[in-house]
Amino acid sequence: MTETLVLLSLPFLAALAAALHARLSAPIGIGATALNAAAAVLIAGGVLREGPATTAIGGWSSPLGIPLVVDGLAVVMLLMTAFVGLGVAVHAMGRSPMDAGPARLAQTRRWFWPLWLMTLGAMNALFLSGDLFNLYVAFEILGLTAVGLTALSGSRSATAAAFDYLIAGLVGSLMVLLGIAIAYAAVGQVDLDIIPSLVATMQGRIALALIVAGLAIKGALFPLHFWMPAAHSSAVPSASALLSALVVKTALYVLLRVSLEGGADAAPLRALLGAAGAGAMFWGGWNALRAERLKLLVAHSTVAQIGLIAVAIGVAGDGMLWKAAVLLILSHALAKAAMFLAAGRIAEELGHDRISGLNREDLRPGAAEFAFAIAAISLVGLPPTAGFIGKWILMEGLIDDGAWLWVGLILIGTVLSAAYLARVVSRCLRGGPHVAPGARRPEWRSGDAAALGLATGALALGLASSIPVALLELTPA
Amino acid sequence: MNELLPLAILATSLGIAPVILAMPDHWSRCRTWVNLTAAAIKVALVAWISIAVANGGEFSVSLTIAPGLTLALQADALAVLFLALSAVLWFLTTIYAVGYLEGGTDRSRFFGFFSLCVASTVGIAMAANLFTFLVFFELLTLATWPLVVHRGSAEAHRAGRVYLTYTLGGGLALTLGTVWLYSLAGDVPFMPRGVLGELPQTHPLALSVIFALLIAGVGVKAALVPLHGWLPISMVAPAPVSALLHAVAVVKAGAFGIMRVVYDVYGVETVQVLGLAAPLAALAAFTILWGSIRALTQDDLKKRLAYSTVSQVSYITLGVALISPVAAIGGLAHLIHQGIMKITLFLAAGNFAEGRGVKNIRAMNGLGRMMPGATLAFTVGSLGMIGIPPLAGFVSKWYLGAGALDANLPAVIALLAGSSLLNAAYFLPILYRVWFLQPEEELPEKRRIGWMLAVPPAATATLVLVAGLLANAPFSPLGWTRFIVSLEYL
Repeated sequence: MTETLVLLSLPFLAALAAALHARLSAPIGIGATALNAAAAVLIAGGVLREGPATTAIGGWSSPLGIPLVVDGLAVVMLLMTAFVGLGVAVHAMGRSPMDAGPARLAQTRRWFWPLWLMTLGAMNALFLSGDLFNLYVAFEILGLTAVGLTALSGSRSATAAAFDYLIAGLVGSLMVLLGIAIAYAAVGQVDLDIIPSLVATMQGRIALALIVAGLAIKGALFPLHFWMPAAHSSAVPSASALLSALVVKTALYVLLRVSLEGGADAAPLRALLGAAGAGAMFWGGWNALRAERLKLLVAHSTVAQIGLIAVAIGVAGDGMLWKAAVLLILSHALAKAAMFLAAGRIAEELGHDRISGLNREDLRPGAAEFAFAIAAISLVGLPPTAGFIGKWILMEGLIDDGAWLWVGLILIGTVLSAAYLARVVSRCLRGGPHVAPGARRPEWRSGDAAALGLATGALALGLASSIPVALLELTPA
Repeated sequence: MNELLPLAILATSLGIAPVILAMPDHWSRCRTWVNLTAAAIKVALVAWISIAVANGGEFSVSLTIAPGLTLALQADALAVLFLALSAVLWFLTTIYAVGYLEGGTDRSRFFGFFSLCVASTVGIAMAANLFTFLVFFELLTLATWPLVVHRGSAEAHRAGRVYLTYTLGGGLALTLGTVWLYSLAGDVPFMPRGVLGELPQTHPLALSVIFALLIAGVGVKAALVPLHGWLPISMVAPAPVSALLHAVAVVKAGAFGIMRVVYDVYGVETVQVLGLAAPLAALAAFTILWGSIRALTQDDLKKRLAYSTVSQVSYITLGVALISPVAAIGGLAHLIHQGIMKITLFLAAGNFAEGRGVKNIRAMNGLGRMMPGATLAFTVGSLGMIGIPPLAGFVSKWYLGAGALDANLPAVIALLAGSSLLNAAYFLPILYRVWFLQPEEELPEKRRIGWMLAVPPAATATLVLVAGLLANAPFSPLGWTRFIVSLEYL
């Protein structure tokens, strides 16, 4: 219980402190992020020992009180947020690579920490929420801090992208809010477990449709992803990493909850998710193949990967399959954070991020490019990464069900992702006499350590998949 | 100890790969010591485990990844065969590569991935189930890519792209086949005589398709026609890479995979019942002829050797597919014999290129007098490939022929004879040139061949001779394969 309260209050208090004491913001930010990770580990230990728990804040039960649900799925998401956040924080601690002048740089460093800590707090609240209204509140906070993170660099393109993101996010929020209001009118409750009863009535179905559509906008699910590539590719690297690895996952998480709670009745929702996901895999993959800038390629790859996750949620019935979706969420979080941080370091060393110019002759490949390559292996889903284990469980389940169409789609998506990532990785393998003799190596920075650590994490998580799977077993479905 | 030994064997190459990758390029002495010490320890450990396995010792270790999925290593007789090949040849090739790349660039990257590549073959050798095999098989693909593009030229990158397209495509087929089989059968451990139980009766069609997927997946690396296109193109890689790719790592991993699928997943009986042996044998036979015919017309020495590999590796597949214990002995023994013969040829070819700048066959006149050691090694390798007694190649061909009679397929004898004639037709002219023709112009010495370049081909050429002469000794490759075959067929 104490740890839960730490997760809910510490980030917000730390955000306030970091905003008030600009010069101490980095130590405060790192400290709070580390403490948050420790609390998340303690909670995970508790759930493994004692099973899932529901607590009501202040002892008020539903419908008056605020229920907090701590089950396996919530814990896995908390852990993901905590550790990916820690990696990004290590990156941000060092001298940040910014394409802005010194005045803007100071501005960026000043506001990164409060915004990140608010984001962290909102995500914790979201994963612990047991009812729709709390989810909505957490989404609102998250939407605003995410826009702030996008605009952090202050560049013109980032500001424009942040504005689009703000509008899209608001529309999504409004749809979710409207859906919740209709649901409340229909059932008189906003707990997550009302979803089966929503499916029964016309009014309830409209409510559900609105909620899902709002989530699809926030989660950048094809074809509602229009705002996302620009936002993710124009932000500063640490912000891109947070947005792409974590923030969009919140919407996917809620979609997964809705699908799990809805049981067999959620079939139309699942079909919709599957179809949108398949479209996303191709659209994102195609655009990543054609992208000319590295960060844009990585952002389009997020569109495709979200598609894969949506397919996994869509085809998941009961049993192992939804766990495959969670493994894919985890692996994408680690690998994509690593990839954005690595892309940031590469761009910093090169002075640009055009893919065609990656094989510059006077610069040897460095740790960041190695991290990018490892992250790419995980995103393609090659063994022994977590991405591979997720795809394996997914495909085994699909073959069991005879769903060969989906198997084929996933294989094609895999080929596409290998093709667009090889564009980058092959250029990281430059060498031999084709690199100038005096070529320098990039200097070592904390950003390299963060990218390498996160990428290695994606690799190691594959070997340790039994841990998240064991936690996920402890989710009442 | 029974858990630690397989892990230790894996760690001697998997563990040092990141260490070497992280070293600055100019630490060459330190890197060489780390590398050679690890390689020597691996040889010692593999010798230890071989003796223990021969005496009935069992070694296995496993890690559960997810429900129903385990990463498991074991050292059975078949694993030891491949382990011994990779450990010994890794040691020799590392010495050679240190000499070959002296003063070159990106050596830490090279030796790091070189170690990773051997770690993958060791994992492939000791994989105790199909899932583990798949994991290391894909790791091998990734670990060899940087080696293929090592030279960094546009041509090297093009070769790397072709290599990756073929092998990742194969990997996809293998993955699909493996997942499908897991979905039907649950965990698929490797056991002599197969693990499919009643499935061949209930799901014959699915099993046949899965077999095709698995064989296509491993067949890319084994260079089965028409999946062999990457092999001649990746000859742009440095000589030690070509040597290792051909003799140990990539093509052998493919051939070894075919063995595992036929013997330890399906079992020879099931393969026969499902009618899958004949198509596989036909494919192998076609590959043997096609590779030899294409080799005839190559002027680039490494390309000729590459097509020769395409042909020779399919002897192994043929030995497996003939479904006769005698042929199986020949095929399995050829896994080792072809390895030591082909590495000799490639190391010698590397010395020709480094020492006198000779890369094409028409420039090889009179090399015998200029570089007698390398030429002698090359000669032993070629004669072995043709199948001249008492060299190693003769032993495997003899058993394959006897196996063909045993399987009642005399046509295979004609195939073997024809292939041997073709081998002679593309090797003997080279031998004639190097020993009996005068060079058109005096070739200047480009670089002195130090002991690091001279000893490894001499050592492997000696192995070719010894493996043939002492074929009947219990610890010869032939003796060991008899031991394996007795497990699969009795």
